[in-house]
Amino acid sequence: MSTGRTDRDLLRIEELNVSFSVQGGMIEALRGVSLRVLPGKVTALVGESGSGKSVLGQMVMGLQPVSAKSSGRILFSTPDAAPRDLLAMPRDGRAIRAIRGRHIGMIFQEPMTSFSALHTIGDQVAEALQVHTVKSSAERRAVTEEMLGLVGFDDPARIYRMYPFELSGGMRQRAMIAMALICGPSLLIADEPTTALDVTIQAQILTLLRDLQLRRDMGMLLITHDLGVVANVADEVVVIYRGKIMEAGPVEAIFDNPQHAYLKGLMTAIPHFDMTPGERLRPLRDIPLDRARLHGAITPVARPADANPVLLSVRGLRKTFAVKQEQWALRGKAVVARPAVDDVSFDILRGECLGLVGESGSGKTTVGKILMRGLVPDTGTVTYDDGTGPVDVLRAKGEVLQRLRKRIQMVFQDPVSSLSPRMTVGNILSEPLDIHSIGTPESRRDATAALLEAIGMDRSVRNRYPHSFSGGQRQRIGIARALTLSPGLIICDEPVSALDVSVQAQILNLLKDLQRDLGLTYLFISHNLAVVDYMADRVAVMWAGRIVEIAPREVLMRAPVHPYTRALLAAVPYPDLARPLDFGTVGQSTAEASAAWPQAFQPDTGLTPLDLGSGHHVLANPAADAAELRA
Amino acid sequence: MVRYILRRVVTMIPTLILISMLVFIIIELPPGDYFESYVAELQALGEQADLDEIEMLRDRYGFDQPQYVRYVRWVGGMLHGDFGYSFAYRLPVSDVVGDRLWLTFILSFVTIIFTWAVAFPIGIYSATHQYSWGDYGLTFLGLMGVAVPNFMLALIMMYFANVWFGLSIGNLMDSAYVDAPMNWDKVRSILSHIWIPVVIIGMAGTAGMVRRLRANLLDELRKPYVATARAKGLSPGRVLRKYPLRMALNFFIADIGSILPAMISGAEVTAIVLSLETTGPMLIRALQSQDMYLAGSFLMFLAVLTVLGVLVSDIALALLDPRIRLGRGTAK
Repeated sequence: MSTGRTDRDLLRIEELNVSFSVQGGMIEALRGVSLRVLPGKVTALVGESGSGKSVLGQMVMGLQPVSAKSSGRILFSTPDAAPRDLLAMPRDGRAIRAIRGRHIGMIFQEPMTSFSALHTIGDQVAEALQVHTVKSSAERRAVTEEMLGLVGFDDPARIYRMYPFELSGGMRQRAMIAMALICGPSLLIADEPTTALDVTIQAQILTLLRDLQLRRDMGMLLITHDLGVVANVADEVVVIYRGKIMEAGPVEAIFDNPQHAYLKGLMTAIPHFDMTPGERLRPLRDIPLDRARLHGAITPVARPADANPVLLSVRGLRKTFAVKQEQWALRGKAVVARPAVDDVSFDILRGECLGLVGESGSGKTTVGKILMRGLVPDTGTVTYDDGTGPVDVLRAKGEVLQRLRKRIQMVFQDPVSSLSPRMTVGNILSEPLDIHSIGTPESRRDATAALLEAIGMDRSVRNRYPHSFSGGQRQRIGIARALTLSPGLIICDEPVSALDVSVQAQILNLLKDLQRDLGLTYLFISHNLAVVDYMADRVAVMWAGRIVEIAPREVLMRAPVHPYTRALLAAVPYPDLARPLDFGTVGQSTAEASAAWPQAFQPDTGLTPLDLGSGHHVLANPAADAAELRA
Repeated sequence: MVRYILRRVVTMIPTLILISMLVFIIIELPPGDYFESYVAELQALGEQADLDEIEMLRDRYGFDQPQYVRYVRWVGGMLHGDFGYSFAYRLPVSDVVGDRLWLTFILSFVTIIFTWAVAFPIGIYSATHQYSWGDYGLTFLGLMGVAVPNFMLALIMMYFANVWFGLSIGNLMDSAYVDAPMNWDKVRSILSHIWIPVVIIGMAGTAGMVRRLRANLLDELRKPYVATARAKGLSPGRVLRKYPLRMALNFFIADIGSILPAMISGAEVTAIVLSLETTGPMLIRALQSQDMYLAGSFLMFLAVLTVLGVLVSDIALALLDPRIRLGRGTAK
């Protein structure tokens, strides 16, 4: 497919400087950035949030905000013409518009909001054809449906008529890829194309992108923060930090022999499966935990010797959400509601961290909400016993419930929306104490100050509002809020999935230290297996509302039995060139793959949890024997 | 879709029944009735009241009957177009209101069109040229428009029209045509008068709508789907028309529900100042003199308009927005 290819770079950025004027000065987003994308090759631009990597993608397309001031050159070669400087083209003028969508396609991070909800998928995908080609509407439709089929939709004609909100995130990202590639561009800019997706969906989208990129011999500028993705897809890597290129080169050189301290730091900050027990992640900026202060502010959990080792016991939890009927049809369609949580039972032992893993829609967050009494399950029991006698969590009322609320706290996924923007940090932290009438206003102030200092923040931050903090700092505030009441159990619902890699390591270490020093128990909900591997003592895997496998961490990670657990593990991209993703198998969706599971795991065969010994349970057909399962 | 509309129409019925009860209770609330205040007024003037005629009317409209009977008669009458009898005008309500209702409709309709025609381009300009001199100037004018009460503007315009041009800008038509049947000359007279009340009444609405359209559009312009559309190579104008403007339309349509009644009832003071032949001044007089059937009919009329307006805007919204039509929120 290399006919007509010349040696020149497809995209060449030379000495690009971009700055934004803001109140009180200039922000330099990019400083002297140079990089290239070769025809038919993938260049990965790696950096954390705020590094300027997205601005670079916008600059190439001319989508930057009006206030951006720039200098340098962005040279792009179309197949039929000499390289032209995109930066010199008038904003939104004819010249740049002829390149956008036609020669350069772009994929955005947020598949949810990057589509207009009011227009059909077909309409939005076909639009670029309408602008750039002379085709009748029937021809456009045919080309669009062919493209939708190419990105993996079984029934393109139906998808053509559907609206974006009717599709899942992964499906939308497929449609987005179809939209970017419909005119057959020679360069694709993918800005964090898989960040908002689950690990299994991410593997599917990466497979698709790689496949299309190779098949169409297309150059790609992949903007990402995930070194695992980079290792699996990129040919060349460019590392950017605070607007400056730190390191650039072929992917082998970058991974085998990282030179720059930043890149080295980034690599040691990622949790991976080969860590020795007790090995700590090394974040770029570590937070020392001030134990003396911590113990002054928070009472460690008492651990009576003779108490029941099970802190929280969940039995037979089931929850089905009522599905809203089709009110626009003349006759209502019968909708079969699948339970979101289906017969879930597990124990959390005192002082352990139980990891709960699964893709979105598997019901893991629903379980967390039920434990917090945020949702009422249809059936099932939850018993909490911290040594003072068992409490029925789901039926607790009045005084008992009030006391229980102090024992179970939650850390949320989104550090932005889980802190009220109208309250100061001090108010946010002292509110729980306020609600439970603990101490005097002065003692609450002292306690929150001590707590903030214990987790490495200055006591003066009490007077500031959440918006003035970074994501990692906000998540620390969220953790501090969960700690103020000295709880016994903390439910962490994807606490690091919205954070950068280096900050993620910081937060994970903080959570680990807190657990050790305060004797906390965690239920750690996440879709990221590597993170769970780092945090958890035992791991439960959820699929379609059921726990399909539960085992001690090292057993589950080294010797998984259930095919879903195996698929999850296979879908994790390692930041290691020696362990590439198997693109042949991870491209399948779980629904497709589940059809090919061995008979013993088929959902319609009356599954029950089977004991494989040493706390390893797997959901399978009771007739199957252990040897057959392990095959 | 058909089912949805049917259901919406059916749920309107109990709403309207409830409103009619409330209206009836309200117009019955003041002590006494029209005849008592009428007789008292005549006697105060030293005139002889025609007690026989009054007795006859009382009997005919069931004033000696219990309230619920009168309520049923009133509602029953309205159902087949008998809105009762205006005691003050000594005419059936429909005859009294007749012409004025049409004039009110015309005035309101033209005002809505004026509001939209002016607000749309200004709002779009303001949003796409945020923080430019044009935006600041229009914002200033808009705030003036919101802040100055309509009747005040009417008074000011009347004063200056008189002082500078020697014109009287009151009324909706020349006085010669007021009671004349509709003909071409009358229409021309109306058209030459109508623009002044339209501008005055529409001013605040226009200014408010510009502000809201600007805010909505600015929000939409920052959404990622706009960047997506630009990345496809669409021209800025086409991006604007197809995506953010379409989104911002929603609130225009949601407005219909409140615009209809506001246009009828909100312009009363202005209408009095400009002595317009619309229904507003008549409603106020009817309420003052306890002319209960006239007042009641007006109130019911406003209620029906409100309910209809909401129905129309709901159906239009559902047609325009698939998220509503398909009965699902933006699921994660």
